[in-house]
This record gives sequence, structure tokens and C-alpha cells, in this order.
Amino acid sequence: MSETDAAWIETALTSARPQAVGALLRYFRDLDTAEEAFQNACLRALKTWPQNGPPRDPAAWLIMVGRNVAIDEVRRARKQEPLPEDDQAISDLDDAEGKLAERLDGSHYRDDILRLMFICCHPDLPATQQIALALRIVSGLTVKQIARAFLVSEAAMEQRITRAKAKIADAGVPFEAPGAVERAERLAGVAAMIYLIFNEGYSASGDTAEIRKPLCEEAIRLARLLLRLFPGEPEIMGLTALLLLQHARSAARFAGDGSLILLEDQDRSLWSGTMIAEGLALIDKAMRHRKSGPYQIQAAIAALHARAATPEETDWTQIDLLYGALELVQPSPVVTLNRAVAVSKVRGAEAALALIEPLAPKLANYFHFYGVRGAFLMQLGRNDEARIAFDRAIALANTSAEAAHIRMHLDRLIRDSQPKAKAK
Amino acid sequence: MLYAILCYHDEDFVGSWSKEQDETVMKKLAVVQDKLTKQGRLGPVARLLPTTAAATLRKEDPPLVLDGPYAETKEQLLGFYIVDCQNLDDALDVARDLGAANPGGAYEVRPVGVFRPGGTLT
Repeated sequence: MSETDAAWIETALTSARPQAVGALLRYFRDLDTAEEAFQNACLRALKTWPQNGPPRDPAAWLIMVGRNVAIDEVRRARKQEPLPEDDQAISDLDDAEGKLAERLDGSHYRDDILRLMFICCHPDLPATQQIALALRIVSGLTVKQIARAFLVSEAAMEQRITRAKAKIADAGVPFEAPGAVERAERLAGVAAMIYLIFNEGYSASGDTAEIRKPLCEEAIRLARLLLRLFPGEPEIMGLTALLLLQHARSAARFAGDGSLILLEDQDRSLWSGTMIAEGLALIDKAMRHRKSGPYQIQAAIAALHARAATPEETDWTQIDLLYGALELVQPSPVVTLNRAVAVSKVRGAEAALALIEPLAPKLANYFHFYGVRGAFLMQLGRNDEARIAFDRAIALANTSAEAAHIRMHLDRLIRDSQPKAKAK
Repeated sequence: MLYAILCYHDEDFVGSWSKEQDETVMKKLAVVQDKLTKQGRLGPVARLLPTTAAATLRKEDPPLVLDGPYAETKEQLLGFYIVDCQNLDDALDVARDLGAANPGGAYEVRPVGVFRPGGTLT
């Protein structure tokens, strides 16, 4: 590897980005100015790093240069028109001193990055805007890259991000260092946003999985970053573990024709052992805190699947219990539906069906509800009812892979229940 | 004389490598490692999982377990062990036993991602 190659410099800029943009945001208190300052610093880096090699501390270098370029611009502007009082302080900073201060003062580091991430999950923003904004501002993906991952046009994504930025500018960003309670709230918001980014990539269908995979990888990178900033937070350990354990299966989730392969049918030798090991180590760490939470519980469920060398070795009893715990802390019909699958393995389809019947009104438009219900009915030999459920599932399928999967069930039903039926 | 060569780098940067970049580096390293192996000079090689997966055991009485990697600057790296463990608790138990034999300082307990036992060095 040559450290001066453009691709490596790009990677260095990407990895320094959250810290640098976060610090510049603290100086300038304006997102667009901070981003522009960072861009200018990057351009300067692309010019000078290939000759001199990258600096020891790329983030500090980018913060310094970004700040100075912006201040120079202010000075240039000042020659043309007098500045208001407030802006004088900025331009009088001594550069060398600033450099030293930036190097020694790690105390801002954590809150800078957290603030930068937190801006993106402003409650006024819909989830799609939150994650688009985070990918643009924190991760530094181009609008084109984000549009591609979200399967929308570049113009539409550009608009989405512009709207989000406008809303944030109106809402204002808190710049004082947050107190403990507020920091915890921000952390929870940021964790939820990272989870959304991951889900956006994970819920891809076979034909888009490769295009959307970068979203999963980016979510894992952000989760690790957050955990480095808050090493003692068991829920952030749980979140990171959950993402790693889910992503570890990515090579086994789709067949060659793009159809979805269910967990129990996956080739487990394709699962990433390294990612599973990291996920398990993180859960072990989180459990020591005896402070349970929804991410940890979900990660523990994913871990039980990961630990099973074959589907038969899956500890469904434990998974049932964990879903029960998840129902307590984060009750939702979808959690109960997932629990029902575990119940069907432990206590049979009859008990599982009884568990999901009350969910029907709430999940009337949920594809998975009818898929799962159909499967239970089929296990009980109630084929006519199963067929109705499967038909409903196909009508509600979001992707061709989902529909194809249900058709497979239906074909099996038709084969089993109507031996006399003639193919038309 | 055996030498331990310990790798330090910016984890943010390494964690941002694309899969291709990572593989490029590993391939280039493998060339150097293979040469050493042929000469019968290469012992175990390990690539550690990220520091976020680490815990640190301060060798006090009683021992204190902290989340995250070892982060003091007043103590120096003096050695290391590679031990096969069931899970983190098991690894911490091993660290406690070692710590009882040699109190003071700390052990960072970090899972290993890639391990090559290497040739037979004596």
C-alpha cells in the first residue's frame, strides 16, 4: 500500500471526517460553514498529502486547515466591509496555539461527534431524512452514493437532504456541552438512527443486496465509533453486537437467483466467523453490566442463532424467553409475532397460533403476519385457511423475493392437498 | 533472539478501509510472512478484533474490570499471552489467576480475529 495513493487518502479523510466536521461545527456553529471548511481542507489535503505523506494526526490537520481557510475568507471579506463585533474573536486565534490546543484537548472529541450525529436525528425530521442526512454529513457519502443505496434518483435525494438541512437550520442546534441526562437521550437517538441505517441495508432484496450492503457496513462503522466514545454503555455494545451478528450472515441470505434464504436453510459455513466472534465478545461485555435493554436482548437472540452450528441445535426455549423479555421492555405486535415463531418450535403450532390471533387487527397489512400465520396453519394441516393467509401475504409482499418465498409454500400446499387437481 | 513486533495504527482509519483495501494490505503482508515462514523464522501471528471488543482487568485487590482497551500511559507493554477461552468471563478468570500471581498493572483482554500459530520456533 502506498499511503499517498488517492484511494488511501480518501479513506483517511473519511475516517477523520466525524471528528473534524464536529470540531468545525463547534467553531462556526453552522453546519454549512463547517462542511464547506472541511471540504476546503480536504482539497488542500489531496494537493499536499501525496507529496508529503499524510500528517500524523489527519483530523487535527484538517480541523486546523479548515478553520484557517474559513478565517482567511472572513478576513478577505472584512477588507470589503466591516465585521460585526462577534466575529472578531475567531479571526484573532493564533494558529500554532490552536494546533496545540486541539491536540491536547480531547475533551471535546466525544461531544463534537455526538453532536454531529445528534443533529441528524432531530425529532422534526422523518426517519428517511435523518438517515440520509447522517450518511451525507457524518459518513461523507456523496449524494449519488446515497441515492444509489436508497434506490432513488440523485435529484430526489438532493432534495431530501436539502429539506432536512433547512429544517435543522430553523430548529437550531444546542452547542453547550450536554448534561448527563441529555447526553443519554442524544445517545439513544443516535443509536436508533444507526439501527435505521443498518435496517435500510439489511431489508434489501436479492437484486439490491449488493447495492445496499454499504449501508450495513457504514452502520457498523458508526456503531463502533459510538462505542469507542462511550465504552461503558451496554446498550451501545448490544447495538454493535446486533449489527455484527446480523451482517455476519449476509453472504448466506440470498440464493443465486436473488431469492431470500431463510435462516434455517442458510449455509452456515458462509457466515462470517470473525464478525460473529466480535459480536459475541461484545454481548459478553454487555451482560456483565446487568443492565438489560432492547438492543442487548435482540443481540442475545441473534447470538443464539449464531452459536447453533445447525438449525436443530438452536436453543428455541431461550429465544422464546428472550422475546418475552423484549415484549416487556419494548412491546410491539412484531415482537410477539417473532416470539410466536420460537413458541411454535418449543410448544407447537397450536400454541403459536393462539399467541398471534389477537394481533390480526394490528397487523392487518403486515406481510410477515400472514406468512407466519399461513405456516402455522399449514403445520396444523388446516390447508384451506393456510392458503387464504398465503394469498394475503403475496398481496402484501414488498419485494419479489418475499412473494416468491410464499409461492413456494403455496405450491407445496397445492401439491399436498390437491393430488387430483390438474395443472391448467 | 526472538523479537515481538507489535502493530500500532489508527483504528478509525483501519476500520474505514474498504474490503478491497483490507485484502490488498493482507496480501502484501502475506508475501513478507511467507518469506519468513520459509526461513523457519515466523512464530504466531495474530490480528486482534477492534478495541471496542476489549475489556481491561486492573490487577488490584479485588481485581477491577473496565470496559474498553488499556488506556494508561504510565505503564508499558511487557508481554502477552494467547489463551483459548470459552468466552469473555473465562478469559477474565484466566487474567485474574495470572494477576494473583503477579499483582500490579493491568491485562487488556481482547479477542483475536485471525490467528496463525506459525512454525516451530524454539
